Amino acid sequence: MSDGTLPAPHPSHARGGPLQGAVPLVGWGRTAPTRAALVPVHGDDDVRAAVLAATGRGVVARGLARSYGDAAQNAGGTVLDMTTSARVLHADLESGLVDVEAGISLDELMNRFVPQGFFVPVTPGTRLVTVGGAIAADIHGKNHHVAGSFGQHVRWLDLLTADGQVRRVSPESDPDLFWATVGGMGLTGVVLRAQVQMKAIESSRCLVDTDRTPDLDSLMTLLAETDHLYEYSVAWIDTLAKGRRMGRSVVTRGRFAKLDELPAKRRTDPLGYHGSVKASVPDVFPPGLLNLATVAAFNELWYRKAPKLKRDQLQSIPTFFHPLDAVGGWNRIYGPRGFVQYQVTVPFGQEEAMREVLDRLSSFGTASFLAVLKRFGPGNPGMLSYPSPGWTLALDIPVMKGLAGLLDSLDEVVIAATGRTYLAKDSRVRPETFEKMYDRLDDFRAVRKQVDPDGVFTSDLARRLGL
Amino acid sequence: MIDALGSPSSLLLVGGTSDIAVATAHRYLAERPLRVVVAARDTPRRSAVAAELTAAGAKVQVVDFDADDPASPGRMVAEAAAAGDIDIAVVAFGLLGSADQLRTDATAVARLAQVNYVAPTVVGTELANQMRQQGHGVIVALSSVAGERPRASNFVYGSTKAGLDAFYSGLADSLVGTGVSVLVVRPGFVRSKMTEGLDDAPLATTPEAVAEAIVTGIRKDRHTVWVPGAMRWVMSGLRHTPRALFRRLPI
Repeated sequence: MSDGTLPAPHPSHARGGPLQGAVPLVGWGRTAPTRAALVPVHGDDDVRAAVLAATGRGVVARGLARSYGDAAQNAGGTVLDMTTSARVLHADLESGLVDVEAGISLDELMNRFVPQGFFVPVTPGTRLVTVGGAIAADIHGKNHHVAGSFGQHVRWLDLLTADGQVRRVSPESDPDLFWATVGGMGLTGVVLRAQVQMKAIESSRCLVDTDRTPDLDSLMTLLAETDHLYEYSVAWIDTLAKGRRMGRSVVTRGRFAKLDELPAKRRTDPLGYHGSVKASVPDVFPPGLLNLATVAAFNELWYRKAPKLKRDQLQSIPTFFHPLDAVGGWNRIYGPRGFVQYQVTVPFGQEEAMREVLDRLSSFGTASFLAVLKRFGPGNPGMLSYPSPGWTLALDIPVMKGLAGLLDSLDEVVIAATGRTYLAKDSRVRPETFEKMYDRLDDFRAVRKQVDPDGVFTSDLARRLGL
Repeated sequence: MIDALGSPSSLLLVGGTSDIAVATAHRYLAERPLRVVVAARDTPRRSAVAAELTAAGAKVQVVDFDADDPASPGRMVAEAAAAGDIDIAVVAFGLLGSADQLRTDATAVARLAQVNYVAPTVVGTELANQMRQQGHGVIVALSSVAGERPRASNFVYGSTKAGLDAFYSGLADSLVGTGVSVLVVRPGFVRSKMTEGLDDAPLATTPEAVAEAIVTGIRKDRHTVWVPGAMRWVMSGLRHTPRALFRRLPI
């Protein structure tokens, strides 16, 4: 556990005391710390013992803590550190089906299986997430429009429920429990193991096309017209560009290269792969360094340096999928007050709402780096799964005065457009607003009531939103 | 839970009829609806506050609290927490007393010390116990600039606030690492029902300004706030004024 635990000022808290091993925990945004007993998990028995011993404050599982908000925090209760349970149990290199423990990271899956010709079915912008977390948040990636989200590539999962039983749940055996768990933010039980369908690749290189678009209209048109030609697609928007240039973007889209598409010198080692953290942000980052001037200069440079149009450029997996993973602890650059990520989606046909959200964020003048815009394909039956057909926008915003009111009012725009917010990113939505965003929330609550009648599984997020 | 941007879902007002407590609730309610627990003696004023906050969008729960009753704080905190976590508790009860009476009336001094110092320490201990168990929460304690350096004109009141201030400042340090934090608020002269009929002191402020300072202080994770902010420098000067001179100042 190296991320998201704040140093405990009193070492005595780490040993003994009323909450044994209690530490302050935060999410990736480093906001709203709360204290919980963090229990490392080395097998089913550890999980069962913690669940059966749970007090009124309950239990939740935590992976690599890449949720921005409070999903993997549980104030006053127990938090299970799943990263100590991270083995590959079985791998079928014919079919690409791998059985893994839930604490294994996508990073480790890539290290193991890319050289053997398999990539993870879905990856978000960081590979430092666990399989358990990927299921709980039903994460999506640049290939959502063709491949859907992570849950659609899970064949079964072993779920330890509140009664201490381990159930093997598949979409066929128990669709309700499966689709409540996929996207269920860890509130149906603890995912111990899962079988994941990996994706066959011939090389570890991507063929990438880059386009620059001068404004939001041209961006949306480009994505709508040609996204279907690409397996992976994403657009990075300069949120500080205003007026005529609002929404100016760099679009990168691509697919994995086939063996015969590689240059001759690469064909000897087509599946070579090195994912590593190259540098780290120091723990104390000067808070004044990120301001409108420096961020605007960065965004300008970034836009100018991108080619106007480039085709079939070979890029590595980290460069194409996980550019920020090269910098360890980049979440520290926003300073001690932390930051939030605002990620929302609105259906196709509600482009005006997306424009209004982006416009108001741009004119608010936060020193935000780039926003990400993407088109989602069809959703899945996950009751709290985030993706649904439409546009999704995500951007990081440092905590600042007036932000709470601004985001509350943007939520109103999103609700009016029948859109929703992404729980894995959320740290501030109003509970009554959230109620209006997920029409299958009652189904989710019904499943939870059945498998966890006493509410053993809970989290700060669950308390905050009254899930 | 208090969210990433410092917005709580519940607020406990201990001394729920105090103008500063009510103004703080209104300040939060202007942003979002939330659960507000009004802890006070059963008076018409309490019912009026409950009605007023309900009208402003709060889900109000009323709980009995009597600063003269040693058993009351424990009961009050338990009742307030029964319906869910207490995200923020504002300890806002207190008496100003009559300086003339307090100079000679020992019974009145004992009562003032009970209400302004003893009861707040008991309440603070009960709140800290509850919030330690929750693993999160913020306690806001209403101190006063009068506690910074008690002066002859109202030293009994000043001494109780000095004690309260010391208690909550120490409590804050003892809670580091528990997820619970304490905000000590030191207002100057506040125009409120407590000071009705008195002449304004220099740098006089309002319950609304104190509420604003509380909300901002919590958002910025502060441990102490002065209202108005300039009071900090004024009191810093007064604190270091030689006693012979301080005694003669018309304050």
